[in-house]
Amino acid sequence: MQVTSSVRQPLVTGGKTYHDVTHDVSRQVEGKPTKLWFMAFLTAVGVLALGSTALLATLWEGIGMWGLNKTVGWAWDITNFVWWVGIGHAGTLISAVLLLFRQKWRTSINRAAEAMTIFAVICAAMFPVIHMGRPWLGAYWALPLPNTYGSLWVNFNSPLLWDVFAISTYFSVSLVFWYIGLIPDFATIRDRATGLRKIIYGALSFGWDGAAKTWMRYESVSLILAGLATPLVLSVHTIVSFDFATSVIPGWHTTIFPPYFVAGAIFSGFAMVLTLMIITRKVFKLEDYITLGHIELMNIVIIITGSIVGIAYITEFFIAWYSGVEAEQYAFINRATGPYWWAYWSMMTCNVISPQLFWFKKIRTSIVATFILSLVVNIGMWFERFVIIVTSLHRDYLPSSWAMFYPTWADVGVYLFTFGLFFTLFFLFAKFFPVINMAEVKSVLKSSSEKAHK
Amino acid sequence: MERDTHFILGVYDDEDVLLHAVEKVRGSGVKIHEVYSPYPVHGLEHVLGYKRSKLPIAAFLFGMLGTSLALTMQFYMMKFDWPMIIGGKDYAAFPDFIPVSFEMTVLLAAFGMVGVFLITSNLKPWAQPRIFDLRSTDDKHILAIDLANNSSLELEKIKKILTDSGATEVNKKSFD
Repeated sequence: MQVTSSVRQPLVTGGKTYHDVTHDVSRQVEGKPTKLWFMAFLTAVGVLALGSTALLATLWEGIGMWGLNKTVGWAWDITNFVWWVGIGHAGTLISAVLLLFRQKWRTSINRAAEAMTIFAVICAAMFPVIHMGRPWLGAYWALPLPNTYGSLWVNFNSPLLWDVFAISTYFSVSLVFWYIGLIPDFATIRDRATGLRKIIYGALSFGWDGAAKTWMRYESVSLILAGLATPLVLSVHTIVSFDFATSVIPGWHTTIFPPYFVAGAIFSGFAMVLTLMIITRKVFKLEDYITLGHIELMNIVIIITGSIVGIAYITEFFIAWYSGVEAEQYAFINRATGPYWWAYWSMMTCNVISPQLFWFKKIRTSIVATFILSLVVNIGMWFERFVIIVTSLHRDYLPSSWAMFYPTWADVGVYLFTFGLFFTLFFLFAKFFPVINMAEVKSVLKSSSEKAHK
Repeated sequence: MERDTHFILGVYDDEDVLLHAVEKVRGSGVKIHEVYSPYPVHGLEHVLGYKRSKLPIAAFLFGMLGTSLALTMQFYMMKFDWPMIIGGKDYAAFPDFIPVSFEMTVLLAAFGMVGVFLITSNLKPWAQPRIFDLRSTDDKHILAIDLANNSSLELEKIKKILTDSGATEVNKKSFD
């Protein structure tokens, strides 16, 4: 009945038994936090505290604290929003799309990647909420609640409103998907624990007992949630791109945006997963679960999506010329050679050229190179959004209103705040939750480990 | 409902041995209470004779509900309750309503299905599960046999069937 492939590399190395899997993952949750964890956690909280001064200043004084002007009315806020949402997409791609494609290697990384999705979407959602200026009235502008602040209802013709529905659905469905996967693992920790920990993890595990009937329903729920999350994740970045594509601004008004944004999102998301996983596997000694094979496969996804993004940049340029629309042509020439040329060429270098290095097997199987390139890709993807947003706006229709955007300390501070928030949440997750989906790893262990065979 | 209290447990190390064991145990006329595993074992529901889950149907119905609610809401607000001309468009600009309708479909399908799953499987934070063997969430598969359901068979015979089917341990478990 069991088949061992002599061609494929084992998914889990080190000859782990089922009990080893339980032990290696639960150990992190049960042990005292290490010094390294405390240092990392306190750094994140420090950044959060530092950034919150900028956040409070923005809430108190209003968004005049930011460097926005009449011409450039959208800049770092929306750039950061799209950047964080994009990062989130990799988690769903790993847990849902790879589940539908029966890619078993996803089992070691899906838990942490989904956690990253949830935290990244929280950070992303911060920006539109703060940008409202008076977020305490935000519900009236964002949700269909009748009010007299403007029109009676919200405007369902607006892509910004579609975004409200897309992001909130994406967040809540991802959260449910993630939690359903956590329930069996919480039960494992509960059954190893005594005292207060048993009570807490007992409540978190919802009384899971691992009955065959419940597992059958669980599998059915996972499959359908994956089937729902797959079009959902594609729709989310499509709708984010509609924020730009449905406008009539040269440089934004392009039909290529939805697929190009989705590819970019997966590209940056996998880079962030790599950044986090390379650190996590090292700190928690999980090298046997998140192997070099996992890193290589993720790097291959980065080459593919990075190349799609590169083709999209070139296509945009070509179509701007081919359309014969002067405003469109100017917008693109201005991107590459105007005052923001440095941002454009940073984006081109980081996103189009650097991932091509992964064609060399030596580079894509090197942990140091992967770590550096994953940071480069994330920087490049931030510049991509900045280039699209700011360079399209800063040359207005009247040359008299042409302007530049200069970020203030509050722009930088709010961005820092989301970094602090993201890493604080991630470190809390890494300490108190099982970072690897134990049940799913056990279910693929047999076909991939020597020792489990006997 | 009175819960039965006396059980015989077969402990299995391997999922393939377990699958054959379930077939053998059922074949010799013993009624199985339930099998508890640390991870989903494929094919276990077939050998136990469980019917396919109806959760996909629940997901579909909740999804349809989401679509209808979203469309009703948008047409009511934009066309009937407070019509306004926005960007020179028709009051009922149907293509613009598709994104929100799609999101609401996914939202209700996911939440509805998960809600049904939690209720039917009796999963809730204050649930007190009966744990037959603590190792069933670690590395052992536990096959539980309810003695009250198998009163026609002798205890020793059930134990022998379990041992013959490959169980590494056979234990008794009673609940108060």
